[in-house]
Amino acid sequence: MKAYSRDFLEQLYRTLYTIRSFETECIKLYRQGLIVGYFHPYLGEEAIAVGTCAALRKDDYIVSTHRGHGHCIARGGQLKKMVAEVLGRETGYCRGRGGSMHIADSQTGNIGANGIVGGGIPIGTGAAMGIKIRGGDQVVVIYFSDGACNNGVFAESLNLAAIHDLPVVFLLENNQYAVSSPVEQMCRVPDLYKRAEGYGVEAHLVDGNDVLAVYEKTCEAVDTCRAGKGPVLLEAKTYRQSGHHVNDPGAYMPKERLEYYLARDPVKIGRSLLIEHGRCTDAEVDAIEQAIRQELEEAIDFAKQSPQPSVEVFLEETQSN
Amino acid sequence: MEITLQQSTDTRTILYREALNEALREELARDERVFIVGEGIAQRGGSYKVTVGLLDEFGPKRIIDTPISEASFTGMGVGAAITGMRPVVEILFIDFTTLIMDQIVNQAAKYRFMSGGKGRVPMVLRTQGGSGNGLAAQHSQSLEAWYYHIPGLKVVMPSTPYDAKGLLKSAIRDDGPVIFIEHKLLYMNKGPVPTEEYTIELGRADVKRTGTDVTLIAWSGMVPRSLAAAEELAGEGIDVEVIDLRSLVPLDKEAILESVRKTEHVIIVQEAIRRGGVASDICSIIQEEAFDYLDAPIKILAGRNTPIPFNLNLEKAAVPQEEDIVAAVKEMFN
Repeated sequence: MKAYSRDFLEQLYRTLYTIRSFETECIKLYRQGLIVGYFHPYLGEEAIAVGTCAALRKDDYIVSTHRGHGHCIARGGQLKKMVAEVLGRETGYCRGRGGSMHIADSQTGNIGANGIVGGGIPIGTGAAMGIKIRGGDQVVVIYFSDGACNNGVFAESLNLAAIHDLPVVFLLENNQYAVSSPVEQMCRVPDLYKRAEGYGVEAHLVDGNDVLAVYEKTCEAVDTCRAGKGPVLLEAKTYRQSGHHVNDPGAYMPKERLEYYLARDPVKIGRSLLIEHGRCTDAEVDAIEQAIRQELEEAIDFAKQSPQPSVEVFLEETQSN
Repeated sequence: MEITLQQSTDTRTILYREALNEALREELARDERVFIVGEGIAQRGGSYKVTVGLLDEFGPKRIIDTPISEASFTGMGVGAAITGMRPVVEILFIDFTTLIMDQIVNQAAKYRFMSGGKGRVPMVLRTQGGSGNGLAAQHSQSLEAWYYHIPGLKVVMPSTPYDAKGLLKSAIRDDGPVIFIEHKLLYMNKGPVPTEEYTIELGRADVKRTGTDVTLIAWSGMVPRSLAAAEELAGEGIDVEVIDLRSLVPLDKEAILESVRKTEHVIIVQEAIRRGGVASDICSIIQEEAFDYLDAPIKILAGRNTPIPFNLNLEKAAVPQEEDIVAAVKEMFN
């Protein structure tokens, strides 16, 4: 393994643990009735967001999905504004108008989550087209899933990005379920990265639960894109550790498979990397975790105390639409 | 700023499609964030020659031919717009916008709202609709009501070369998104256009003919038809006012109401099928806000509730013609 500094490994772990805690705490808030609507946890997939975002510059872009909290946090999103948004408060990222599926953050180049599976793929391709026209060297990472691969815009956008050599990393998060449908039942070839060859697009398979593996492959892909030789497709194989959303018990997910992936939990892997290669003690890691839980608690308090959006203001804003 | 034709000292007569071409050329030259994507718009210059010459002048980086991938190249416009560009996306026929509904309805129209007002999608979707060339059911529709129905979109439908140029320039400068719908029968129409630069504010109707007896409210292809009918009716002593809405969203309610208060008689002429159309909504606005002024029930003259037929006689029968407008006006006064 390449040598990484303790600081870097610690940063990766912090983000992994923050995402895990955010999702875990929000699920509690959901069950208490404080969060309504759909909430799609990123549990089990954290290493993908953390590994990819660690390879990006501040001025790069990402396009997220309905399962997007992890991407937002990994890009440096603010927990207070995130919790406030999923609670529908005025202080949230979208002033309570967007909710969990629509968080966008222009400060961190996060073009936004998306309620439509595959809906963000052309949008990210367009951000890359803009970069090319301006002559910049930024890169766009488009997150999407195995489910989105069976939507037409995946094929269209892969081709569009290819014929224009666009600086896009198509980051396929293969969590093995399209809502409830297993990828092997929905695709004859479940290794989805193989589809890229037909479009003349470089593609690689990566262990989506190993944050360093994701980071290293993304660095290579980003270099390729910055050199004007994009796009690149990365298929990160992972597993959704919960149902499609909080109210989906995921009864269709075989126990053995879940256990296999729980044993390869990305947050646990990140923790051992920090301890073994970052020479961090258990006590030090505990302290890091404690600080993150504290920060999250403050964010939750902030959100709970934040005002609901004013109905009067909303009516006024929509008066002349 | 707007220069009206009356104010303009120097005009020439050009085609509707040439006026659109001028608008695109001027905006491309004025703002380097503007670029155009669409099928056959670069090399070929577009099916209706609206983008002729732009590739030579602005190069393949900004005038981009696309594969037949409507959903994705429209979405590409959305993403480029969100990140600071000003794309003009061309969809050959409004009928093909059925393929881009997610990107327009769920993405472009809602981005500003969903982001709490912070995001912008300064994109223009140029397309064309309408019947009259025997292009049959999948190339002749008038689908403006679909976009009229979606909060977050502006809908512009010019009827003259002058309006087409001034409105397209404003649409490109607007923070959008704007659905800009041209009419296939209008591309070869000629009209006066000032030589100096001008824009036309979105959301302002234009009284194309003043009159005192009855108001015809029309847009796009129905405007020249209504004007022709008005001329014929003038010979029979009926003084017709023709209002060209020019943009459906924003809708110039005040211009409509002002004319209604004057003439006290209204006929709304719409090429699109009647059911669920824009005319019905305008009708409801008038009866809510100017009921006391009306001297007769509001009449809607609209397309029949049918796919557009191929046969030219049937096609004509499916949408309002000049003689239908004349007959409707006469009936109102008998």
